[in-house]
Order: sequence, then C-alpha cells, then structure tokens
Amino acid sequence: MSAQMDKRRPYVRSMNSWWKRDPFFVRYMVMEATSVLVALYAVILLVGLLRLSQGEAAFNGWLGALESGPSILLHVLILVVFLYHLWSWFKVMPKTLPMIFVNGKKLPADTITYTGVLLAVVVNLIVLIILV
Amino acid sequence: MADTTKTIEIEVLRYRPEQDKEPFFQTYTVPFEDDWSVLQGLQYIKDDLDGTLSFRWSCRMAICGSCGMMIDGKPRLACRTFLRHYHPNKLRVGPLEHFPIERDLVVVVEDFIRKLESIKPYIIPKEPRKLEQGEYLQTPAQLEQFRQFSGCINCMLCYAACPQYGLDSKFTGPGVLALMHRYNADSRDGGRGERMALGHSEEGFWGCTAVTYCSEVCPKDVDPANAINQNKMGSAIDYFLRFVAPRGAGK
Ligand code: SF4
Ligand code: FES
Repeated sequence: MSAQMDKRRPYVRSMNSWWKRDPFFVRYMVMEATSVLVALYAVILLVGLLRLSQGEAAFNGWLGALESGPSILLHVLILVVFLYHLWSWFKVMPKTLPMIFVNGKKLPADTITYTGVLLAVVVNLIVLIILV
Repeated sequence: MADTTKTIEIEVLRYRPEQDKEPFFQTYTVPFEDDWSVLQGLQYIKDDLDGTLSFRWSCRMAICGSCGMMIDGKPRLACRTFLRHYHPNKLRVGPLEHFPIERDLVVVVEDFIRKLESIKPYIIPKEPRKLEQGEYLQTPAQLEQFRQFSGCINCMLCYAACPQYGLDSKFTGPGVLALMHRYNADSRDGGRGERMALGHSEEGFWGCTAVTYCSEVCPKDVDPANAINQNKMGSAIDYFLRFVAPRGAGK
C-alpha cells in the first residue's frame, strides 16, 4: 500500500494566463472587460447629474466637455463596446432563465437571445425618439 | 487495408510520476483509417508502438464517460473525435485540464467523485410509498423539467472547460451541480432541502461566473450552465425570504 502511494505524485498544472488558452475564454474576458466601460459611462452620467445640481453654468460646462473631439471619439468607442456588451449579455441570458416551454416544446436559446436584442433595440429607439 | 495508408502525427503529453519531473510531449506517427477515432489512435500507440502509455476508456461509444481528454486544446471524448478531422495536420492530446495528472492521460478524479456523492445523486422520495401503492406517476411536462440534465455521463469535460474550477477546486463545478438540479427538479424527489445547503453556498451555484463554456463542450447537451444559473434566481429569493420568514438553514 505505502509503496504504491509513494509512486503517486499527481502533477498540478499552472493556471497562469488560462484565458489565453481558448478563444472562448478570450471572448469571456472581453465581455467582462466591457462591463468596466459600462460602469465608466454610468460615472460620466452621474457627473452630469452632479453638475446639473450645481446650476446651469456647471451643467453647460459638462455638456461642452462632452462635445469635445476626444469625448466624441470616446463615445463612438463606448457605443461599439456597448453593442458587444448588449449582444453578449443576451447571449448568456438563456442560461440564466428557467426552461420555458411553449406548447410542450422548449423555447430555443436563440429565440430568447434575439427577442432580448430586439427588445433592447426597440426600447433604445423609443428613448432616442423622445430625446430628439 | 486501404490502398494508401494515411498517417498522422499524434503528440501525447506524457507524465510518468516515478521518472518524470514534469510532463512533456512525445510524438507518435500513427497509420489510420478514415473511421478511426482518436481513441483508436491511442490504442494503436499502446498496442504497437509504446505499451507504457496510459489512458482511460471503456465503452468507445460516448456513454461511459471515461475517455475525456484535451484534444488540440479542447475538452473532448476521444472515442467521439475522429483523426480525419485533424489530418493532414498533427494533433495534440493531453489529460483533462484543471485536474491533477495521475499519469499520462489519466487524471485524479477523487475530488469529482467525492463531490458527486455529496449531492446525493439519487431520488429521495417525497413520501414513502408501499409497493401496493404502485409506481410514481409523472406527466411529460414534469419529465421535461429534468430529462435533459439526466443525460450526464460524468465525463468531466465541463470541468476542464470551467476556469472557476481550475482556479479554485472548492467550487462544486458544472457537472455535479447540473445533477443536483436534475434531482431537485424531479417531481418525485423530496431531497431539495438536503442538497441546497451546498447549492446556495459559494461552492455551489454562486461559484459560477457564467463563462458557459461547460455547456459548449458537453457531449450530451446537458447544458450545465443553464442548470446552475437558473438556480441563482431561486437562491436569491430564498435568501431574502429568510429575513421575512426565518426557516431552517439552506432550505
Ligand atoms: S454535464 Fe456534460 S460535460 Fe459535464 S460531466 Fe456531464 S456529460 Fe460530461
Ligand atoms: S470510451 Fe466510453 S465515452 Fe469514450
């Protein structure tokens, strides 16, 4: 028994840069990273709210800062990141829901994803129409 | 034999604990037919080239779950993966990621087995029934609630696809949690309370960060990521309900 145990020497592999091992993990990490920009944008909006509470001049200053070149560039970047975030979020959504049965058949994951994306697009368009 | 015998190079990660300090790749040139699986390639190596190579297999038809390994970096069943898909390139075969290597392609499975036992993977009847009372009846809809999750063959591919398990093996992991859900979701079962103390914990459903690769690699379409994540909502509701109406821990 002990002789047999002595021969056992399980080798544990390192998890260093595990996420580079598989493109699936890379996509997961990108998705996680997009959350950082989502949070950043929430902060930008919160700052706007803060400036609004400080009076008209302060708020206009914030608006002006948003219209600067680098800010517009940042907005384009954030828009692209948001679109990816939106897509990946709804891609995971079917995993988080209990199974939904329609007429005894399981609702396919893609249906849930596309419905979610469509809903998000419609809501965003409505908000855009109200604002413009 | 086919007219022209094709050959493929298979690089196998070797590790013989009594003599190797660490694993290394060894290349074998294997003649093969179009209908050969990777498992058959390994069997050829063992029978004709190098008898010291160790790997697990049994059914060679994707049902026993023993032949899981990393094939060109992906967790796959060796008996369900074909050499022709890789030819004329070579392919790399290694033991399942995230498990300690016992020897060559054989990994240490004790942790998995212990977890599997811990979730009581069997029906704990809601009410004891006498034989005369007959069988438990179940509607097709009730069956659908767990059927998909009952297809698990314990192959552990999902563990090799789960970085959360690789980073911290305290996490119960996809396959076992999917089985926990399989029994909890069974209308004949009354063991949910016993299982959920673990389910609600950090080692249970909450250890999952929804990478969802487990569902991608599962050869039986169990979709463990769905089994796990649909429990988070219930787990959160249970958590808040505790403050409203205190109940036994983990019920
Ligand atoms: S859930 Fe799928 S991948 Fe995981 S052990 Fe079961 S059959 Fe294998
Ligand atoms: S040998 Fe049984 S699953 Fe591959």
